[in-house]
Amino acid sequence: MVLFTIAIIILAVILLAVAVYAVMQKDLLFATIATGIISLILSVMFFLLQAPDVALTEAAIGIALTTIIFVITIRNTSRREDEVRITEESQAAEIDKKIKAKI
Amino acid sequence: MKKVLVLLLLVVVGYSLYVPLSQIEFGTDRMGSIENPTTVGAYYLSKTPSELSVANVITAIVVNYRGFDTLGEVSVLFLAATGIGSILYRRRKEGEHSETISKPSSQLLQAGAKLIYPAILVLGAYVFIHGHLTPGGGFQGGAIIATGFLLMMMSYKDFHMNHTVLTWVESLAGITFVGVGIGGLIVGTTFLENFMPVGTLNDLFSGGIIPIIYVAVGFKVAAELAGVLDTLLSIKEN
Repeated sequence: MVLFTIAIIILAVILLAVAVYAVMQKDLLFATIATGIISLILSVMFFLLQAPDVALTEAAIGIALTTIIFVITIRNTSRREDEVRITEESQAAEIDKKIKAKI
Repeated sequence: MKKVLVLLLLVVVGYSLYVPLSQIEFGTDRMGSIENPTTVGAYYLSKTPSELSVANVITAIVVNYRGFDTLGEVSVLFLAATGIGSILYRRRKEGEHSETISKPSSQLLQAGAKLIYPAILVLGAYVFIHGHLTPGGGFQGGAIIATGFLLMMMSYKDFHMNHTVLTWVESLAGITFVGVGIGGLIVGTTFLENFMPVGTLNDLFSGGIIPIIYVAVGFKVAAELAGVLDTLLSIKEN
């Protein structure tokens, strides 16, 4: 029983650490992989807490499908968090220039 | 100003979580005994094996006692898949797909995928056929099958789902679900009533309508998720 509690606490600490990493990381691919790891740990925790149904769902959807959908999205957009903002700003600046040129 | 607002929001959320949770005493048994059920949870635990002969109580709750909720969930998933399909829809010629993966995947992945792909499909089918006996069910099994298709899509460039077949599978599964529900209305008294013989506990063919509905849900979820993934992977790279 003590061993079980220790395992749950260790998993929870790793879970929180990975979650903070996923939020702070600017490289979105790394952040996506971190969310996959969160799902993996969560699925193990669900299994230990006697919820195998939820563990199966979390394993199939959280680890595989959601991660892959995010990876596909990153492939079609941009990988770094800053890039999006820069391109949006530059596009806005271009539109501003065009409007000024017309005036 | 923004930080103050965030702090205020956190305090409000924390307070509203703390107040209801503080009124529940930690570790108290509020279920009542299984022999003499007083709450709904204890009722389900005590009556499911004897009334429905279903070993997995969660499946009994999801499909039998809360069957109408599951029908709603399945339609939500259907709407989500349709929405993604309509947003990402691109006019393309028959049988033509865009180049989805620029580089071919490694030979290791290709050989491994070919080996493990049938095993994943069989595991998914096992999970949803045995939904009333072992943990898991239609949603889990369908998601596992979609994972198998995803593995093949990532390994082989020219592996694509046939969307006509997917649509047919999805529609037939949905019709089966609603048809079984209407059957309950005709034979019994209410929609989705368990009108078939329940059989003996721990048999594969037991539980009345529960295995039929879960097999239908499994096919539906697998078809929807596989269709969503195929649509997403077919977007042309800029």
